[in-house]
Amino acid sequence: MKIMENKARFYIMLFLVPSILGFIVFSLIPMISALYLSFTNWDVIGGAPDIIGFKNFIDIFKSVEFYRVMTNTMKFISLYIPGILVSSLLLALMFNRTMKSVAAFRVLLFIPVLTSWIAGSIIWKSILSGQYGMLNNLLAIVGIHGPAWLTDPKWAMISIVMVSIWKDLGFFSLIIFGGLRSIDRTLYEAAKIDGANAFQILRKITIPLVTPTLFFVLVTTIINSFQLFPQIMVMTAGGPMGATQVMVERIYTYGFRYFEMGYASALAIVLLIIIVTVTLIQMVLQKKWVFYE
Amino acid sequence: MKKLLAVLTVVLFLAACTPAKAKEVTIKFLNYSSNGGQEATLTAMVDAFEVANPLIKVEVETLGYADYFTQLATRVAGGQAPDVFELNIENFRAYADKGAIAELDLSKFDISKIQPTTLKAFQIGTKQYGLPTKFSNVVLIYNKDLFDQAGVAYPTSSWTWAEELAAAQKIRALGTDIYGVFRPIQTWEFYKTVVQNGGSMMNADQSAFTLNSAQNVEALEIMIARINTTNVTPTTEQLGGMGDWDLFKSGRLGMIVTGIWAFNDFATNCDFAWDIAVEPGIKNHATHFFSDAVVVSKDSKVIAAATAFAAFLSGSPEAALLRANANWDLPVALTDEVIAAFKAVVPPANKQAVFDSLNYLVMPPSLEKFGAVADDLQIYLSKAIAGELTAKEALDQAQALISGKY
Repeated sequence: MKIMENKARFYIMLFLVPSILGFIVFSLIPMISALYLSFTNWDVIGGAPDIIGFKNFIDIFKSVEFYRVMTNTMKFISLYIPGILVSSLLLALMFNRTMKSVAAFRVLLFIPVLTSWIAGSIIWKSILSGQYGMLNNLLAIVGIHGPAWLTDPKWAMISIVMVSIWKDLGFFSLIIFGGLRSIDRTLYEAAKIDGANAFQILRKITIPLVTPTLFFVLVTTIINSFQLFPQIMVMTAGGPMGATQVMVERIYTYGFRYFEMGYASALAIVLLIIIVTVTLIQMVLQKKWVFYE
Repeated sequence: MKKLLAVLTVVLFLAACTPAKAKEVTIKFLNYSSNGGQEATLTAMVDAFEVANPLIKVEVETLGYADYFTQLATRVAGGQAPDVFELNIENFRAYADKGAIAELDLSKFDISKIQPTTLKAFQIGTKQYGLPTKFSNVVLIYNKDLFDQAGVAYPTSSWTWAEELAAAQKIRALGTDIYGVFRPIQTWEFYKTVVQNGGSMMNADQSAFTLNSAQNVEALEIMIARINTTNVTPTTEQLGGMGDWDLFKSGRLGMIVTGIWAFNDFATNCDFAWDIAVEPGIKNHATHFFSDAVVVSKDSKVIAAATAFAAFLSGSPEAALLRANANWDLPVALTDEVIAAFKAVVPPANKQAVFDSLNYLVMPPSLEKFGAVADDLQIYLSKAIAGELTAKEALDQAQALISGKY
């Protein structure tokens, strides 16, 4: 018996080796290197890095750019999070009805999730083109003069938010839908017998019981918001006038365009700290509103 | 045992023979500029070099421009730098300053044919760190048909921005979606235009930025008025994502100030008559200069052979002629034969303007971090175009930020 167990353990380890090796080589070592590099001025081509202490971090917090990037990210979060939460919840509630047409709609809505970010962004870039784009042409039919979505600094981030919601809606509504489906049917029957109306059922049963799922969605979407990247890179590249510069875009630009790997690594560490802090805060706050059965 | 002895004898014999032949060396050459159409020309150059230097073999590797500098930096960092590689003028400074490339000993090579501005562009102090292979400049390209329709005389080399604007306004009047002239407003255009107005981005010894000088502010105001006041240049919105070259090729643009590398494309894709002139200046002539060079890695084990290959690509009449015949920018070795071959390809008929422009070449400030400076300045230039800031406010703020940061 003991031998069998050891053998099983051996095979388990054996099968884990490729993924653990991959994790060590492509994630763990780069992460540790980034931490080290963030204290250096490594510029890739100039040979061995020099340690410069906290200079990169001081430069980051002293730069105008960092605060612009944070403001941009906050702008994204304040529009994207409520937008995605409300719209995916509404859709999930709609899915929850057992109509044939809804099932087909569910599939359609999932297509953007399966689309690659790059392909989607390229198509949206053309749709949102100010003068010749499809969206503004459609708006013109109903007499609205559409803005320059991606080239006007007032609209660029809003456009990014719209496209991000388009992309993520299918995924998050499905997740919430899953949460809705796991609610015990008998609770609804009991509520109906007690004479509760549809709104009361939603407020007192559905919403509280779906909060664990909403919490998951909130944590994931906030992390995603800080890691915003491909849509920005393709659609605006941080412009116009830096209105869509965000952390990962800056990390990429400093690392691979300016070859300031030390500074880019420091930005990555700052991003890590921000994400961990925000997630911890959410973990603490969840006690106040997440309801576990 | 006998067999083994026989084998050993053969091996010893072969080993004894090899040193009799001089040693052949292989050099690795990494480039981007042959990518997308000139690969065969480069192969022809390499073949010519190998015929002249039978003991040197060249292994060519070609990458797309988009990946090139990331790949190159990674290889240099990993100690895998190719012996000879290509650098453009924007990246040259960084590689030289970081000591990644070798100073070239050119005593054995003929570099007398190389156009002097291009040679100087790849020197640090008096030391030659790179050898230019090809270069290009910028000229005014104009649509003759639109000039005829508007009844305006064709541009000449004595034109300034004033004549250019007058012509542009007449052409603009031809139709609501016909524009007079296109000059983009961005850092790369700005450093040239301010020189045309007697200004500059940095002081003479490049120790300080002078972004908000009176001449610079005035130049930026003139640039912006072309878009926002006279609208002879389309706004980003009017352009609607269309490229400036495409606008010209569509026949809706009177003049475009752009690089001579547009010639091939325009010759194929314009169904109207066009020609070129020296780019007009505001007070002085000044025009862009771009160049690609080949450099030798300081870690190369075969520096002599690598230098020989670099010198061949740069200064040899054979390579220059191959380049000229292939219409692959301007070769730096401007022999009479090369000039004749270059002029033979028309349109444009007035190719002399390309050579006349060589008298007015300006270069961007030679800064290791010019790319980052350019991006920072761009934000303020865009704010000035959008009318959020006046030209003066934009340049004042840019000056404060950039001189504090770099």
